[in-house]
Amino acid sequence: MLELLGYADRFSVAPGEVIEFKVSAFEGQRFRAEIVRLIHGDANPDGPGYKHVVVPSAIEGEYQGRNQPIEAGSSGVVPHHPAFAALESFTLLAMVWPTTPAKGRQAILALGEDLVLAIGEKCGLTGRVGSTTLESDAPLLKRHWYLAALTFDAASGRATLIQRPLHGYPGAPDAAMVSATAKGPGLADAELLIAAEGNPRRNHLNGKIDSPRLLACALSPERLEALLVRPLAADLLPDLVAAFDFAEGTRTTRIHDVGPHKLEGRLEQMPARAMKGWCWSGEEMCWWRKPEHYGAIHFHADDLHDAGWSTDFAFTVPDDLRSGVYAAHVWCGDAEDGTQEDLIPFFVRPRRGDRNRPKLAFLAPTAAYMAYANDQNHIRGEAAEMVIGRLVTYQPADIFLHDHPELGLSLYDRHADGSGVCYSSRHRPILNMRPKYSSWLGATGSGLWQFNADLHITDWLESYMEVEFDVITDEDLHAEGLALLEPYQVVITGTHPEYHSTRMWDAMRAWIDRGGRLMYVAANGWYWRIAFHDELDGVIEVRRAEDGIRTWEADPGEYHHSFTGEYGGLWRRQGRPPQALLGIGFMAQGFDICSYYRRQPDSHDPRAAFVFDGVDGEIIGDFGLIGGGAAGLELDAVRHDLGTPPHTLVLASSEAHSDIIMLVNEEFGVVPPNLKGSEHPNVRADMTFYDTAAGGAVFATGSIAWCGSLSWNGYDNNVSKITGNVLRRFLDPAPFR
Amino acid sequence: MRYQIQPEDRMLVDEFRQNPYGRHSPGLLRILNRMRCVPLDGKYVLVCTKPFREWKLAIHGDRQRPIEILHDHVFTSREEAEWAVFKLRWKALTGEELN
Ligand SMILES: [Fe+2]
Repeated sequence: MLELLGYADRFSVAPGEVIEFKVSAFEGQRFRAEIVRLIHGDANPDGPGYKHVVVPSAIEGEYQGRNQPIEAGSSGVVPHHPAFAALESFTLLAMVWPTTPAKGRQAILALGEDLVLAIGEKCGLTGRVGSTTLESDAPLLKRHWYLAALTFDAASGRATLIQRPLHGYPGAPDAAMVSATAKGPGLADAELLIAAEGNPRRNHLNGKIDSPRLLACALSPERLEALLVRPLAADLLPDLVAAFDFAEGTRTTRIHDVGPHKLEGRLEQMPARAMKGWCWSGEEMCWWRKPEHYGAIHFHADDLHDAGWSTDFAFTVPDDLRSGVYAAHVWCGDAEDGTQEDLIPFFVRPRRGDRNRPKLAFLAPTAAYMAYANDQNHIRGEAAEMVIGRLVTYQPADIFLHDHPELGLSLYDRHADGSGVCYSSRHRPILNMRPKYSSWLGATGSGLWQFNADLHITDWLESYMEVEFDVITDEDLHAEGLALLEPYQVVITGTHPEYHSTRMWDAMRAWIDRGGRLMYVAANGWYWRIAFHDELDGVIEVRRAEDGIRTWEADPGEYHHSFTGEYGGLWRRQGRPPQALLGIGFMAQGFDICSYYRRQPDSHDPRAAFVFDGVDGEIIGDFGLIGGGAAGLELDAVRHDLGTPPHTLVLASSEAHSDIIMLVNEEFGVVPPNLKGSEHPNVRADMTFYDTAAGGAVFATGSIAWCGSLSWNGYDNNVSKITGNVLRRFLDPAPFR
Repeated sequence: MRYQIQPEDRMLVDEFRQNPYGRHSPGLLRILNRMRCVPLDGKYVLVCTKPFREWKLAIHGDRQRPIEILHDHVFTSREEAEWAVFKLRWKALTGEELN
């Protein structure tokens, strides 16, 4: 079992800046730390093997470790207001949509410890007023809206709990009203908590809350609905304390009260916003066009935005440190299975504003790393073994993740209540973004996916091509746009750059159109639109709308990002298919073995002569550390009707795929029976080249596995040869025509 | 009703043993999908105990229970583990021992 883990406060850091590292040593062990530059992360003995070099630094040394726990679960917090303490009689109300009513106690609204409206152990509502508990025996139905209210009349001492379903099922066995005599709660200093109670927070809710209300009188049960009407009835105004409108500030982490005190609260651990509320009718599918239909926030007991660990050491990046992929190496022992060390990756980007750079940059797909962060489909998904065509294999990190769900979920997971995870952050340890890590997903052989697979590229650039290059990241591209790319003549991608914001997409398009040359040694790239948050760094949002390869589906009416208001989903569904940018786009996937390419007639076009210089034979990449071939895992191909430029050359295409690799679902409407690799003509990777009027170009391989073949036979092979030919030609400023 | 393994499927066993990964005949893939499409509770998984050198068989508990590592089922290759699990699942589905 893992003994220590860490994360950094950022992925990307420039010379002169500081990056902070946060470590948890679970038994309080002492640990050592050093900075290393990562060369090759794949420990497969059939390849170059794991390689890093130590970078001497002031952080090198021994540290006293400490256990730093993670408290997952989202909530809202409204600081104490004198109007809370002044309450004698009151009405506390919210609309609630529980998703796990049988989970046990889950708080809805809590004013201190003494006044709580919650879901109870009997799966119905429960209320606490002072020392009195009221409990409904009627179980709530999951995913149905209820009016939930707790009233107290100080004069009579009568407390009443109301549970009122909005559905019209006959008999309504889930309605309840319970009364008891109570003494008024102590509310001095009480803060208002939403979807949790206590300090530290406990009893987090899974479900939606809409329109919380607080009134300084005991409203009669038959008038409760009046609290949901805006403007509020005049006779209720004098008693109004707070009326929250969660549709306001949707793009922020603040919540707003439209009542007389204009209370302002904050959200912790990022519950989902821009969620359909109790009165959503379907007449409007976009939250910002009809905010009154989107008054809900969906809270989850397993939401995690920030692990919140304290810093153990901070590294100031020296001015002369070369741009590259680095890690903070921390260890408390030398167990062979890696359980006594962690390598916390980070990227040293060029100095901000420095435009005198090498001609080549590696664009680290950090948005994709975040999207996959702590993916649990191999832990929770029954289909995992079928889609990989072999036994699911766990590394020690996977078992740790299985045992520690508080490490938070990926954009591929569902919350415990079944709803899709639409936010992912890097402010937590990410166990599957590590050198030496083999992923369940990454084919036979090395089994790499994302970060560790991408080190195959940087290793090849450094160890074999010996070319100077910068490392830049998706987050830098989103923040700086075209200006980040302008110093470079060539950009090489990671193996699977799947997630792009609008600003990232626009910047790449503009750079290619102005003469930039992109080497897309990847597949399933520029696929999902994502959003970055206006105020928080290191967190992204996806809405899995419409179609595409989806491990969950966004609910109808929830297709627009809360961070930006943009319509979410595939870039293909935004009128920007990957083919239009890259020449090729997503076509097939399957994760067992990989295959090879065969040269196509276009490869003999004089425009492509440079690609095949010194390459013999028709077959390319029938070898490799990833699945034994250069073509596999996910495959992209041309489709002229989706925007492949007409002058694109198809240089080679893969063939002979296994039947585990199949056409992706956005490629068909009616399900055809010939989806499998041995039957469907479009289950293939196309290797393509096209140039632009300004002298730019895109070379694309269309396979995630491509880079796993670079180092085969001591880097002397036709995949390495072709990639090297393209890189050299792209670095040569001579125009293509 | 899902496909049940038939007596004539015996001829596919050798195909799997020769090549546990990749390009399989439709008949073999149908059997493998049948074996692999089972609930997580009780499902076989592998745990890597020495990187690229040693694996142990384990049983998933669908997060109701910890993953149970079977320390006496140790393999030095993943192919060997695939064959061992294939035999266990064949036995469970047909009652028949494979050697
Ligand atoms: Fe992906």
